[in-house]
Order: sequence, then structure tokens, then C-alpha cells
Amino acid sequence: MKINKKTKSNLITYGIVIAFYIVVTAMQSAGMISRLMSGLLVPLCVYVILAISLNLTVGILGELSLGHAGFMCVGAFAGAIFSKCTMDTITFQGFRFFLALLVGAAFAGFFGFIIGIPVLRLKGDYLAIVTLAFGEIIKNLINVVYLGVDSTGVKFSMKDYMSMGMAPDGKVIINGAQGITGTPQDSTFGIGVILILVTLFVVLNLIQSRDGRAIMAIRDNRIAAESIGIDVSKYKLKAFAISAALAGVAGVLYAHNLATLTALPKNFGYNQSIMILVFVVLGGIGSIRGSMISAVVLTLLPELLRGLSEYRMLFYAIVLIVMMLLNWAPKAIEWRERLAASFRKKGREA
Amino acid sequence: MSFLSYLINGVSLGSVYAIIALGYTMVYGIAKMLNFAHGDVIMVGGFAVFVSVHGMGLPTGAAIVLSIVICTALGILIEGIAYRPLRNAASPLAVLITAIGVSYLLQNLALILFGANTKSFTSVVGFGPFKLAGGSLVITGETVVTITACILIMVCLMLFINKTKTGQAMLAVSEDKGAAQLMGIDVNRTISITFAIGSALAAIAGVLLCSAYPSLTPYTGAMPGIKAFVAAVFGGIGSIPGAFIGGILLGVIEIFGKAYISSQMADAIVFGVLVVVLLVKPTGILGKNIQEKV
Repeated sequence: MKINKKTKSNLITYGIVIAFYIVVTAMQSAGMISRLMSGLLVPLCVYVILAISLNLTVGILGELSLGHAGFMCVGAFAGAIFSKCTMDTITFQGFRFFLALLVGAAFAGFFGFIIGIPVLRLKGDYLAIVTLAFGEIIKNLINVVYLGVDSTGVKFSMKDYMSMGMAPDGKVIINGAQGITGTPQDSTFGIGVILILVTLFVVLNLIQSRDGRAIMAIRDNRIAAESIGIDVSKYKLKAFAISAALAGVAGVLYAHNLATLTALPKNFGYNQSIMILVFVVLGGIGSIRGSMISAVVLTLLPELLRGLSEYRMLFYAIVLIVMMLLNWAPKAIEWRERLAASFRKKGREA
Repeated sequence: MSFLSYLINGVSLGSVYAIIALGYTMVYGIAKMLNFAHGDVIMVGGFAVFVSVHGMGLPTGAAIVLSIVICTALGILIEGIAYRPLRNAASPLAVLITAIGVSYLLQNLALILFGANTKSFTSVVGFGPFKLAGGSLVITGETVVTITACILIMVCLMLFINKTKTGQAMLAVSEDKGAAQLMGIDVNRTISITFAIGSALAAIAGVLLCSAYPSLTPYTGAMPGIKAFVAAVFGGIGSIPGAFIGGILLGVIEIFGKAYISSQMADAIVFGVLVVVLLVKPTGILGKNIQEKV
């Protein structure tokens, strides 16, 4: 059987994930992983999925989205609400979590679609700032929502707990800025790894498909793509919505790993979006495997070097600037090429 | 009366936004880039005054001058190190991501140097408040100074751009970089000057912002910075009167939104304005329409 180069490269990517899972599980059973580290495994999967999905927008579609954490937030809350509502009716944990994932992905994808229609008409700086705006709006809105269920039905308010007018037997689902408490903790490392594989499958197949090539054609030259009959809006929207839905999946995974889910600037704000962007930039814009690896390294590194944790954000900032300068500045590219040429020359002489 | 006092508060906040937006709009008009770090230069300006007054015991006036000098130097430095090498990069995203990195760098440097706890900033305005209409309408000294400063700055900027040689060079660079260069304009120098002016304005905005809302953290500048960008887009990016109008309008909208709709939703309302403006009239109130050519 002949395997082409791209398929081979994709198989290697899947292989890395599976190998990582096997190594970590083996180390876990051998007791080589501290409690702190094993607590980090699910967030690690969350970040990997986020990095891959953002790379779809930034690297493949070529638009800078600064509201990725907003889609993650939508997915997290949609999934958590679903799980809380069905906790008593669906007792089979795995199936319930599977449904929660679908709900989260669907909601986030839907938001991506709705937001994408206006946003994708813009480009460059404007698009970046509007996605940032939408991310903040989503976070802001979720913080003022009060939602509860009692015997008379669903109660909803945007003012405070009292104005929901719930019967005393009612169950609060979202308590404003206090968020959702008591989400079943269904997330495990194993599920996280499966979700990474699913995300990879979706993104890598999209890139190789006809649609993916159309999306990349739009990235490289929108006007040329349009002139050969590619429906620019449709493909942009498709990539954006898929990216949002995958961020939603990461959100569901994130939500089911926490006892309390709140929409703080720390977890769903602009800073979180930037952090995901750092993963993508360090791994190489457009390189799926790269963003996967850099998400793992940048999440684990500060934990391994405990003394460094204070400087973590500073380190991220420097990584962003230096990587961009080295990879994109025309002078730096020229310098790198010269360096590579001189190495090659030396190699030949030797 | 409460309506009037909300309006005055709104105009006061809007004036701060307008001063920041003037810096944004100049840099955007000339360098064609969104300087994400602009908001954080505001924070640096605030800390410069805080440290020189509380730490070194300088008089307020000297502290403000020092802060302006520091921010101007910082602006030139940022442009030279982080933005200039990327000016001809293949992807326009490159410089934007770098700007985000610079913004992050400034925030986290301040976090390590000054800590995360809020510093209480002493107002630099020594007079006021004025009580009008039998005490039911209070205008603080900060409000008066902010609004005056904003109008003064705008007038000076307009004169500078339209009447001086450097200002004309800026206009030329914003129209067409290549042609400007052929006319003997030093493009790099012009862009540096633009960053210097923008950062000096950010320092002034930082002092005024911290005087009106006397709390200073490493994140003080981030939100006003982004909102000022919204103001610049609202007014029409690249246009100086546009930045002024956009800033004032946005400030009024924010204060009214806080007062009459929901105080928690103020940010969402401001960003909602941005979304609506970009969808209805992406060039803003006073912006020019740019046709994309092949």
C-alpha cells in the first residue's frame, strides 16, 4: 500500500499523541508522577485542543482571533448546564459526558457561526479586535445570568438571585458571577487524549480536503481565490465555526474537571486567548503538530521549574516577540538563510 | 440633575479615551498597525508619576514631565526594536502579534517590579470640586483639567499636522509610504516621531486617568487602551477630530450604560458599540473609504 507524504506525517502526529498517553499512563502506574502533575493532565489536554483549534483560524484561515477563550467559555457553560440538568435522568456517566460534549461543541460552533457572519467581513486588525470584543461580551454576559429550575419550570434573570422568583425546592444552575457549582467531574486524562485525537482527525482531514485547500487559497490571496470561483464567505465561515466548535469541546472538558465553573478574566478572558495564541505562535503558525507540542511544553515547563512560575507570563511575552521577529522579519529571514547556506558550504568542504 | 452629572462624568471619561485614541489613530494612520501596547504605555506613565512622587519626592509638575519623557523614550524604543524590523513582513499578522507580546511584556514587567496589589494614586489636580446649582451638581477639578487638556491637545495636534513640515511629512507617509520616501522624507524617522507623540499623549492620559480613578495596577492601561481603540474606530481611524468625537461619545455611552442599564454590563455595551459600528459603517463617523485594489 502506498502512503503519501502528508498521510504519513499525519500518522506520525497521531502516533505522538498515543505514545505520550502510553508513557504518561505507564509512569502514573509506576507512581512516578506527583499529584500536582496528574492534576495537570486534563488541563494539558484542554490546552492542546485549544491550540490546535486556534491554529485552524490563525494558521490555516489566516485570520487572528483574540476571542478564542470566549468560544471555550460558551462550550464550558453549555456542557456544564447540560450535565447539571441531566445528572439525575442520565445515570450512565460516559454517555452523559458524550452528550455534554456534543452540546458544548454545538453551542460553541453555533456561536462561531453567528459571530462569524459579521466578523469575517472584516480583516486583519479589525477582525482581531472584534473577536476580542465578542470574547469579552460573552464573558460579561455569562457573569450576569441567573438560571434555575423549579417545579414550575425554568427561571431566568439578568439582575440577581432574588428576581428569578424561584420556589424553595428549585435548583440553581447558574448563580451569576458565582457561576456553576457541582458539575459532575467526568473529565479524565484518557477522555482528554481521545478528544485530542478527534480534534486532530477533524483538523488534519479538513486541511487535506478540497475545502481545506480552498481555505488556504483564501488565506494566501483572497482576491485570486475569489476570481477562480471560491466562495470566500462560505469557506471562511466553515473554518471559523469548526474552530469555535473545537474550542467548545475543550471548554466542556475544562468545565467537567472543576468543582466550580466561573467566567473569570483568568480562565475565559482576553489573557487566556493570548495564552492560546502564544502556543500557536511558538509551535509555528500553521503547524498543527507544532502547536500541540508547544502547548504541552509551555504548560509543563513552568510547573517543572517552580521558581520560574512568577516569571511565566514574562517568559510568554518574550517568546511571542522573539519568535515573531525571528520568523517574520525580512532581515532575520535573510540572516537565517545566510547562516544555513554557510553551514551547507562547511558541510561540503568537510 | 443626575442626568447632567452623568453627562459630565461621561464627557470627562470620554476625554481620557479621546487623548488615548488620538495616539492610536496617529500611529494607525501612519504606521498602518494596531499598537496593542499603547494602553500599557498609559500604565507606565501612571507608574512613572507614582514612583517619582511617592518614591523620590519630586514635585507633581516635575513628575509629570518625567513621565512624559519616559513614555516618549519607551514609545521610540518599542517601535525601533519590535515593530520596525517587521514593517515589510509577509504577513500583516506578524506585527500585530508582536504588539500583543509587547503589551504583555510591559504588564508583566510592571507586575514583577511593582507587585499585583493596587496602588492608591494621589490626584495631581490641586483644586476643586466645584459645587453648582446649590450643591446638587458637583464638578471635580479632575474633570475640568481632563476636558481642557483634551481640547488643548487636539487643537495643538491639528495645528502641528497641518502647519509644520514634520506634520506634513506624517500626512505624506500616511498617504503613500513609497512616494513619500521618493520625495525625500525619512519614513523611519517620521514613524518614530509619530510613536513619540502617541506615547507622550499616553503618558498624559495615564496621569489624568489615574487622577480621576485613583487606583493603579499593572493592568490599569489594558482596558482603557482597548476601549480607546474602539473610540478611534468609532470616530474613523486615522482621523484626529474623529478620535476626539469617538472618545467623547464612547465615554458618555459607557457612563450612561453603567447608570441606566447595568453597571456589570458596561464593558459589554462599549464592545457592542464597536461591533455595531464595524458592521454598519466600518470606516467610522469621519473615516475615509479605502478601496482594495488588486
